[in-house]
Amino acid sequence: MDAILAPEKPWYAPGRLLPRMRSIRRLPWAPIILILALLVVPAAFADQIAPYGPKEGGLPKRYLPPVWDGGTSEHILGTDRLGRDILSRIIHGARVSVKVSLIGIALGGFIGISLGLIAGYFGGKFDLLIMRLVDITLSIPSILFALVLAAAIGPGLSTVLIVISYILWAYYARQVRGEVLSIREQDYIARARVTGASDFRIITRHILPNVINTIIVLATLQIGFVILLEASLSFLGVGIQRPSPAWGLMVADGREVIVTYWWVSLFPGLAIMLTVLALNLLGDWLRDRLDPKLRQI
Amino acid sequence: MRRYLFIRVLHSLITLLVVSFLVFGMGRLSGNPLDILLPEDATEEQYNRLNQRWGFDKPIVVQYWKFIQNALQGDLGESLVKPDSAMELVAERLPATIQLALFSLAISTIIAVPIGVLAAVKRDTPFDYFGKIIALLGQSVPSFWLGLMLMWVFAVQLGWLPASGTGSFKHMIMPAIALGWFQVAAVMRLLRSSMLDVLDSEYVKMARIKGLPERKVVWKHCLRNAAIGPLTYYGVIAGILLTGSVITEQVFQWPGTGLLAIEAVRNRDFPVLQAVIIVFAGIFVACNLIVDILYAYLDPRIRYAT
Repeated sequence: MDAILAPEKPWYAPGRLLPRMRSIRRLPWAPIILILALLVVPAAFADQIAPYGPKEGGLPKRYLPPVWDGGTSEHILGTDRLGRDILSRIIHGARVSVKVSLIGIALGGFIGISLGLIAGYFGGKFDLLIMRLVDITLSIPSILFALVLAAAIGPGLSTVLIVISYILWAYYARQVRGEVLSIREQDYIARARVTGASDFRIITRHILPNVINTIIVLATLQIGFVILLEASLSFLGVGIQRPSPAWGLMVADGREVIVTYWWVSLFPGLAIMLTVLALNLLGDWLRDRLDPKLRQI
Repeated sequence: MRRYLFIRVLHSLITLLVVSFLVFGMGRLSGNPLDILLPEDATEEQYNRLNQRWGFDKPIVVQYWKFIQNALQGDLGESLVKPDSAMELVAERLPATIQLALFSLAISTIIAVPIGVLAAVKRDTPFDYFGKIIALLGQSVPSFWLGLMLMWVFAVQLGWLPASGTGSFKHMIMPAIALGWFQVAAVMRLLRSSMLDVLDSEYVKMARIKGLPERKVVWKHCLRNAAIGPLTYYGVIAGILLTGSVITEQVFQWPGTGLLAIEAVRNRDFPVLQAVIIVFAGIFVACNLIVDILYAYLDPRIRYAT
């Protein structure tokens, strides 16, 4: 509330520098660094920082252990069944996770936000129909949906993206609709209507900017969930296919040989866990900052 | 209440109908459903037999009607790789899945309830933070990986438990933990927050003033009232456990319905997959329905709202 009442001072004003520094220090640095190190930097610079290519290997080098367990420093985290460097594959795998989660959330978000805006703004039959669809969508288990889709159109990236957007749209639609219902009753919406603004203009210019905070928080909280879902689907063999270095697939590669070559599964799984953990922490922090209403969920 | 019940049952039926339509429709996504329903080396005779039985030459609405009719009679086609019907295969595997799910439910309750209660009683102490860490990990650890790591530690390194398969009680412990891990976090968080509400209430203060021992106040007076919320959540969990079993059964090669579904996807055995999905969806929807009714029964505000 204070932020609205007090005019924002420029950050370089002498009296503001210290508080500004303090607020920088108060950012959730641990998760941010983890996300940068595990997800953003590897995805952006995989070719530069990875010691080897994701498919580069050789049978003589198969199943080399990590460096502290009798391996060589050439392959710090060891190698897999085809002699491919696990560290390099994890780094390249970040790209798969980022790609899948960004496209999936964009697709699901677009559908969900559009339908949520329509349902909340126009109400009536639209609202009833869309909300019923949301209920039905949420009551169909996602893994089962993925299995049927994989059997029907074959597993792969498109299957994963369809499954993700299918699951996500319902959350966005429900959340956005709820917000729009209260925004719709505000005076400025009525004023916009009186001045002759079209429905489309009111929705895009006056309502959408007011739900954007919620959307950002929801999206951040969902990246971790989406990465986990993609990994699960790939692990089951209905998601991303070999030889892609998707993290879930790498864990699956180690399943058969867990007795002897534990490192094949351990490290990709750790990467998933730490990334999702960091994203959840960051999402929680953002939620408390931007949208305290969501704290209940 | 009766009106609410009616609406809820109606919704469940509509959901099931949509699921059946989805499954039916997806079998037809790639053109002729026989391409999916039959193995690649199917003979002309098999082709014609199925064509006639499911009526693929008729309009799509008629086909769907026939599909529903057959499904209602428990006929979801025959397996393409095994000599049994799809429903028989599902019925044969279902007990193993339900057994695992129930055991997992029991284990996660045993772990989650004490932690949840103590985290609320000892709020903002190291114990509470420990609980928070468990909750965070519950959301972040992929269950398939957790299963593998349990296997590595307890079966390979320590040799305490059998790595996979079925047979004894010991075989069930690791799959049940891997399956219930996420639920531990959820139940714990729910219980903690409802315990905090209850601990703050007048009747608890009253119980304390009466001079009841703290142990009795917490575990009897508080827990009984705080448990209502998490208890109704158990119906939702039942559904999650069922679908989660697909992953866990794959990790531990547990011979349940989930593994059957994965095998069916691999063998392109669409009728079996179809049967698994419809049975699972049925159980899932039924669980949600029971929860909603239970909720309305326990909390009258809900039934008046609709």
